[in-house]
Amino acid sequence: MDMNSFSPMMPTSPLSMINQIKFEDESDLKDLFITVDEPESHVTTIETFITYRIITKTSRGEFDSSEFEVRRRYQDFLWLKGKLEEAHPTLIIPPLPEKFIVKGMVERFNDDFIETRRKALHKFLNRIADHPTLTFNEDFKIFLTAQAWELSSHKKQGPGLLSRMGQTVRAVASSMRGVKNRPEEFMEMNNFIELFSQKINLIDKISQRIYKEEREYFDEMKEYGPIHILWSASEEDLVDTLKDVASCIDRCCKATEKRMSGLSEALLPVVHEYVLYSEMLMGVMKRRDQIQAELDSKVEALTYKKADTDLLPEEIGKLEDKVECANNALKADWERWKQNMQNDIKLAFTDMAEENIHYYEQCLATWESFLTSQTNLHLEEASEDKP
Amino acid sequence: MEQAPPDPERQLQPAPLEPLGSPDAGLGAAVGKEAEGAGEESSGVDTMTHNNFWLKKIEISVSEAEKRTGRNAMNMQETYTAYLIETRSVEHTDGQSVLTDSLWRRYSEFELLRSYLLVYYPHIVVPPLPEKRAEFVWHKLSADNMDPDFVERRRIGLENFLLRIASHPILCRDKIFYLFLTQVFFFYLADSRLKALNATFRVKNPDKRFTDLKHYSDELQSVISHLLRVRARVADRLYGVYKVHGNYGRVFSEWSAIEKEMGDGLQSAGHHMDVYASSIDDILEDEEHYADQLKEYLFYAEALRAVCRKHELMQYDLEMAAQDLASKKQQCEELVTGTVRTFSLKGMTTKLFGQETPEQREARIKVLEEQINEGEQQLKSKNLEGREFVKNAWADIERFKEQKNRDLKEALISYAVMQISMCKKGIQVWTNAKECFSKM
Repeated sequence: MDMNSFSPMMPTSPLSMINQIKFEDESDLKDLFITVDEPESHVTTIETFITYRIITKTSRGEFDSSEFEVRRRYQDFLWLKGKLEEAHPTLIIPPLPEKFIVKGMVERFNDDFIETRRKALHKFLNRIADHPTLTFNEDFKIFLTAQAWELSSHKKQGPGLLSRMGQTVRAVASSMRGVKNRPEEFMEMNNFIELFSQKINLIDKISQRIYKEEREYFDEMKEYGPIHILWSASEEDLVDTLKDVASCIDRCCKATEKRMSGLSEALLPVVHEYVLYSEMLMGVMKRRDQIQAELDSKVEALTYKKADTDLLPEEIGKLEDKVECANNALKADWERWKQNMQNDIKLAFTDMAEENIHYYEQCLATWESFLTSQTNLHLEEASEDKP
Repeated sequence: MEQAPPDPERQLQPAPLEPLGSPDAGLGAAVGKEAEGAGEESSGVDTMTHNNFWLKKIEISVSEAEKRTGRNAMNMQETYTAYLIETRSVEHTDGQSVLTDSLWRRYSEFELLRSYLLVYYPHIVVPPLPEKRAEFVWHKLSADNMDPDFVERRRIGLENFLLRIASHPILCRDKIFYLFLTQVFFFYLADSRLKALNATFRVKNPDKRFTDLKHYSDELQSVISHLLRVRARVADRLYGVYKVHGNYGRVFSEWSAIEKEMGDGLQSAGHHMDVYASSIDDILEDEEHYADQLKEYLFYAEALRAVCRKHELMQYDLEMAAQDLASKKQQCEELVTGTVRTFSLKGMTTKLFGQETPEQREARIKVLEEQINEGEQQLKSKNLEGREFVKNAWADIERFKEQKNRDLKEALISYAVMQISMCKKGIQVWTNAKECFSKM
């Protein structure tokens, strides 16, 4: 069987899956490069929407060409995510940026919103490309390469809306049962996910708040320097000193602006992505529980002779395989995800610390040079006074 | 050692104002109700003059502040803060200081002292008091006068006020200042008589230098107020930035509980975030001292204006006297020559009710000539007064300018030093935090 066409029905030993997780080497083996850029607004009679340009460069054989350029809208990303979840219910699919920002977004298409979304979509596709299993997903390939009309027709082929709804209802009903028989390791995982979700949400709020406070500080500082210039106009003997103070304050002001933008570029998007990841993880747990519940209900039926018991043992056998597969897939992906999370968080916070160090170093240099110039001036004046 | 020279300033006292506690009067009048030890104390004053007290080195400090309750003028209970003033004399020989006097005073007594100085030394730029109520607060500072930080800063401000007076070449010799430092029962003055001269009047020939000075003081006041307001807002925002980082500490600590490898790094990074957040309190406390230095010059602007107003008053007085004299001269001339050019009530009644007799006219001319004589003398002395005032005032203003330039430059430099200290602390905390993060 072709190792590349991963399907959940295929039993795979956990060991071989773990061997796939060589993320340190992934960058050397990387053969799929994706960028998301150039947001463009499209206006039709029914609606207005944004499309993003996606450029893919690859050396993989299964791709017809080595370079592709397509345009996709948010809806298309949603479709892709849905297909990936369907195909790999217990893998940790990267999160998509939110549909709408809840807090007071009047203009859906303001520039900051679009830019933040573009970056998140770029991250989304690259995370899929870096995932050992998801990178070979067929729908992913079509998403990256198909022309608009090809994609539409492909989309229509999936299971219909009604059947998908039916699945959801059954899922909710059976997920409760799955929780009861959840193996120990998944109980631990679930605890972690719950706590992690709490903490990362708090950190997200704190980080947003810091950005807001820094912005307000910056706004006040802008006014602070110029007052000293105003003052220098009425003080003949203090003109230079006051002007120098004003320029120091202005330079510190610029440094704080840089710190702010560093925060919004490095820390905030990472923390926010993990907030969305934590929601994803809860979904993954539910789906795992649901698969287990299917098995449990059949076992129950056999035990209490509820339904026609002839076919049950065979069905149960298949479901047991399915559960084992799902559990193994999740376990492996979980380790991978945790490792990535640690790296990403570590990097993001180290960056933030670096930004702050740089900010304070700049301000320090500014004020120290002011002080030096003042003392030099003083020494000059003193030597002038000498007879 | 020479005797203390007779105070030249007393010759410049405006006639309408009565000296309320004449400096050389026996302490019975100056010190007020307290008769106890009056005889002893009056010899102390004389001794002080003879010994030329101020040529000995003295140290003044406002060393303590205490909450008190007492009864005010309307016999109602009130809470106030009293400040301990200690005076030490420094022996020449061994440089050691001996406590010579100590007493407690409240803010309103300092105000009385300053009001007295404003009246008695109108050409001097009198040092200002620290603010009566907390102004230019940013949110953390209490606007409460009983707040310990406010009381502490006021104590420093009051000490500074006394030191400024003690180091002023003219004010330091004042006897009432000496009494303030040494006699518990300070002289009792009626508030209203010492209020600043608020009269509005028009001066025909203003001295350009004083007009410029008035404009300068207006500018100084307005720019420093603006600066202090914005500084308070900046401080408030800075406080916010630092304190929010403290929230990381708690969450990191909770998170570290579920992490195996990241746990230690998170925990220790969280500790550094706490350190960062709490460091802002001291930083902003130091900045308050800088703000106080600026505030002193904000209030000095008012003192400058007082000098200008005094000059205007004198000028106005002079012009009125000159005008009065001119009109009397004219009246006299008309009486002598018999022509009536100016309107006068006497002239009118004369026309209506008949001419006066030659004797009556002679009498009137004589009276006017006397008045003119007197007027000319007064005008001469007023002119002299005016010129003396301008000379002395301008000398003090030059002294003030030098002091101001030195002080403000020093203040700005100290601000830079504070910023440098803040940056160094920031670098240290974030370097530590970065190390923790990189170990995660």
